[in-house]
Amino acid sequence: MSTKSKTKNNKDEDKRDFLVVSTYAMAGIGAASFAWPLIDQMNPAADTLALASTEIDLSSLEEGQAITVKWRGKPVFVRHRTAEEIKNAQEASIDEMRDPEKDSDRVTNEKYIVLVGVCTHLGCVPLGQKSGDVKGQYGGWFCPCHGSHYDHSGRIRKGPAPTNLAVPSYKFLSDTLIKIG
Amino acid sequence: MSKAKFKNPVVKWIDHRLPIFSFMDHELNHYPTPKNLNYFWNFGSLAGIALVTMIITGIVLSMNYTAHVDYAFDSVERIMRDVNHGWLIRYIHMNGASFFFIVVYIHIFRGLYYGSYKAPRELLWILGVLILLLMMATAFMGYVLPWGQMSFWGATVITNLFSAIPLVGENIVTWLWGGFSVDNSTLNRFFSLHFVLPFVIVGVVILHLVALHRFGSNNPIGIDVRGTQDTLPFNPYYTIKDLFGLGVFLTIFAAAVFFFPNFMGHPDNYIEANPMVTPAHIVPEWYFLPFYAILRAIPDKLGGVLFMFGSIAVLFVIPWLDRSSVRSSQFRPIFKIFFWILLADCVLLGYLGAMPAEGIYVILSRIATAYYFFHFLILFPLLPYIEKTKPLPISISEPVLSGSSPASAFAFREKK
Repeated sequence: MSTKSKTKNNKDEDKRDFLVVSTYAMAGIGAASFAWPLIDQMNPAADTLALASTEIDLSSLEEGQAITVKWRGKPVFVRHRTAEEIKNAQEASIDEMRDPEKDSDRVTNEKYIVLVGVCTHLGCVPLGQKSGDVKGQYGGWFCPCHGSHYDHSGRIRKGPAPTNLAVPSYKFLSDTLIKIG
Repeated sequence: MSKAKFKNPVVKWIDHRLPIFSFMDHELNHYPTPKNLNYFWNFGSLAGIALVTMIITGIVLSMNYTAHVDYAFDSVERIMRDVNHGWLIRYIHMNGASFFFIVVYIHIFRGLYYGSYKAPRELLWILGVLILLLMMATAFMGYVLPWGQMSFWGATVITNLFSAIPLVGENIVTWLWGGFSVDNSTLNRFFSLHFVLPFVIVGVVILHLVALHRFGSNNPIGIDVRGTQDTLPFNPYYTIKDLFGLGVFLTIFAAAVFFFPNFMGHPDNYIEANPMVTPAHIVPEWYFLPFYAILRAIPDKLGGVLFMFGSIAVLFVIPWLDRSSVRSSQFRPIFKIFFWILLADCVLLGYLGAMPAEGIYVILSRIATAYYFFHFLILFPLLPYIEKTKPLPISISEPVLSGSSPASAFAFREKK
């Protein structure tokens, strides 16, 4: 076989490889673009997203009381803290905390602490919203599932939970009206 | 089974214990296929792909659907408006049903034209008719789920067919409904059955394929494969041919989904079901129209129902009704003409099924129905006694061998 025809053969094989690879690539793109809608349909739908914010009126919430509201299918805790509770939360030394965070970083108005009421361990709802509830050693919230203790700022102080109770994004629309989400 | 050689050690290890790769190699790669198949042989694989598409989109839709009379219609509207890509998935599923039937009807007429139902492929054919029957049940129940006006009244009319059965008819209908009209219980059981029947279809499709691979595909000239010179390995020759056909099919399918998604539907089904008001003109989905025309052609309740079910039942026994030993219409000049008349007759029945049941339409429906049954029950058994078939070629490799005597082909056949 002459060198000339050999290079021609190689060229043909290169062409064929190119065609095969590009066919597979197109088939892969096609399959992926068909798969995406099938996967994405499991994400929150438009009507679910439209219900993603909640407004709460705090005007009737007295000092020392707490309310629980539902936001995105989960409980949100709002507690009107007493002066003593605020003092406790602000003066606690953050050095020995598992998830060190200053109280001032966790509140907008120091009287009201707003938290997502889901234990950061495995998703149970902690106790402490009702007056008769067990509130744990630090007086905040106590998760009955695996014994996590949270303080007046919702910070984890004892037990298996890895992080503090989450603070949802919210803002005060007026002095006593907040919008979560 | 030929011992396949695999290089990959993992494949080799698995295949030694579970010969799944040998099986695939044998059935999908080397599988000898007649080398003269035309594009009408694409429709089997297309039907399989349509089935898989329906199952995938259906599972996804069921994640967002609520089978309750108070919520079903709204949950479907929610799929259309709010669920991410829900409109696309539902339109694929909705039009997918129509395209599945288009593909299957072509597949069936292919079998009729080329005599694919004849020995030794009788069971293959019967399993195919069974799939058609299951598809019809599944499609009917799926159409009820959106709980629109057509859903509700279609369900009412079709379930009432069973009331034509003497003595126990009314009891059967009450049992089907789970009440005294089409209601929540009916919707719930239809959803359950609509979900499970496609998997039953998958099971029958597997049997259909096992039966197919026993003797391999029929072919356009309808004579048996004589040896390797008549066949090609399935891969790459027919994989590539099937894939090309798939590309064409998907292009047309996508055009329907994106540009004419409601062309084959009824606007009335976007009105929520109302048990107090029947729509002025109620017709089934297009793929049921020929059978619906037969139902209405008979001026008797029980008779109409029997003829309608009979029009499908007769398909089961076609392998024994057609007495001719020549498979392909290419060698049956009279049969070929009647094939096209049958096709036209079925299209006419479809048209008549969509028209109001009055005047000339009723008379035409009766003529078309009579022809349908004449074709299978009288023409099929009697034609071989009248028809002079053309000489068959000796083999697929030499379909037009000028010098040879056609008798030799027959001789060979009889010796077998």
